[in-house]
Amino acid sequence: MSDSYGRPVSVPGASAHVPVLRLGDVLLVTLQGDLYDSVAQQLQEDIGATIATSGVTGVVIDISGMEVVDSYLGRVLAEIAAQSSLLAARTVVAGMRPAVAITLVELGLTLPGLRTALNAEAAMDLLARTGSGSRFRRSSAEHP
Amino acid sequence: MPTSAGVEACLPIGSDLDLVWVRQHVRQAAARLGFGLVEQTKLVTAASELARNTLVHGGGGRMDSAQVTRGRAVGLRLAFSDDGPGIADLELALKDGYTSGGGLGMGLGGARRLVHEFSLESTVGVGTTVTVVSWASAPPRLREEF
Amino acid sequence: MPEQEAAGTQGSPADEVGAFLRRRREQIAQRWADESMFRTVFTVSRDEAAEAARHVVDALAEVADAERMHDTDAAGFTVVREQLARMGAARSRAGFTTAQVSAEVEGLRPPALNLLISDLKDAPAERVRDCTTALTVLMGTLRLVVLDTALSEGQALIERQQLQLLEVATPVIKLWDGIVAVPLIGTLDSARSQVVMETLLEAIVEQHARFAILDITGVPTVDSLVAQHLMKTVAAARLMGAECVVSGIRPAIAQTIVHLGLDLGTVVTRASLADALAYALHELGAGIVGPAADGARLR
Repeated sequence: MSDSYGRPVSVPGASAHVPVLRLGDVLLVTLQGDLYDSVAQQLQEDIGATIATSGVTGVVIDISGMEVVDSYLGRVLAEIAAQSSLLAARTVVAGMRPAVAITLVELGLTLPGLRTALNAEAAMDLLARTGSGSRFRRSSAEHP
Repeated sequence: MPTSAGVEACLPIGSDLDLVWVRQHVRQAAARLGFGLVEQTKLVTAASELARNTLVHGGGGRMDSAQVTRGRAVGLRLAFSDDGPGIADLELALKDGYTSGGGLGMGLGGARRLVHEFSLESTVGVGTTVTVVSWASAPPRLREEF
Repeated sequence: MPEQEAAGTQGSPADEVGAFLRRRREQIAQRWADESMFRTVFTVSRDEAAEAARHVVDALAEVADAERMHDTDAAGFTVVREQLARMGAARSRAGFTTAQVSAEVEGLRPPALNLLISDLKDAPAERVRDCTTALTVLMGTLRLVVLDTALSEGQALIERQQLQLLEVATPVIKLWDGIVAVPLIGTLDSARSQVVMETLLEAIVEQHARFAILDITGVPTVDSLVAQHLMKTVAAARLMGAECVVSGIRPAIAQTIVHLGLDLGTVVTRASLADALAYALHELGAGIVGPAADGARLR
């Protein structure tokens, strides 16, 4: 399959779908490679639906495989976190690469309400340790 | 395939699929020109922002990429153009937090901070072209306006 | 020389000069090889000097053909840039001033110009003037290219040394499992702040550090730009899942920060590196006990 420019319609290295895994009380989402906007949008809906039906209390989004996070994806991450907390689940974004972090800060996107962890394991740990979420609340700007 | 042709390329921007092509092309071109990892990431991110602008506000368009040299410095120039409605108030459009498209409003102003040189030309009713340049090493002292 | 086409009267002066350079390549190169610019760099053999001169003639011909007599960035120059840089570097090592190097390049002009004039002896006066002007412009551009190359070589050396200095001056120390520190010493400028940021963030990944301490005890002054870089580092570390603590803010710097109206409100600060370490250990849940009887169980 190819489009009118003769290019294949799916780009190598780009994810067409992001699986959402359930591990006990936590949803684990691993983002990798490049992401179409529509896939990110779909992911946001999937996570919302899964939290609502499964009643999990935490969401871990592992972005250690992402080489680029632009303001669109940044916004999607922030919205997933906000939307999850409305559904009584806490979101941790894990494994952001240094170059991505520098770029986001330079871009002006510091995502103050977002919980973060060094890697997926630390994120699970963080969710397990802070059931009440009081000690590790990162910012007062967090949604209730 | 445009991404294998090297640094020089003209990529259409007509869907979110094309944004992925743009990012991959810029990543490969920047790596080929010897950009460091952080500079690569900044440029790819800036390209993603600008391409999305072209798509969302300009109704689609294209990106032209070319290698530039100044003295011994090597850089990558990316030009994003559309034939869309144009931007009436350039200063406002570059301000952080200003958005007409439902984003975080970081597109233009944010992209400007991620590159070494940034210029914006827009005529209402005709279209918009945003041209950015980043240099593989420290930006050369400006000899003349680029 | 195979049948020399007579100096023509068609084509632009640039074309004429290009054709002339090609036609007289060998003669010009031989004359230039005797000029100090080439003679003193290529001391091994005269052939080497002549070969180098041929390259420069070829480059000038290409630039003339492209009608880019004024353009120091013309494509034709790229091939000889390295050679010119070597020549320029040799001169600066020999203690030549920029003006002297400039005069040497200028010395290449008369031999070439004389040849051109003799080639054009039958051409109209106006044509001669146009062509000699074109060649003069071209030689002037060559002079600029040589000087520019020499200068940017020097600049490149300085940049390389600066980079080395930056790397040497930014050690990242692991203080504890999950705690790294960067003691900063000396003035922080924008470039160095950038290196500090990247080094620290890389260390966070490598060491799985949940805490990173930026100790600025050895930093004499903090201006708003440096403060901004510190804030950016803190924000980037936070995005990665680590917490940054700034320690060693001396009273004078604290005062500056207040005067500048900078808001470090979101940044955790401690008076000393020891305090910062104690804070990080406490947050990690590691208790500190006195070095008393149970010191053996200290961890």
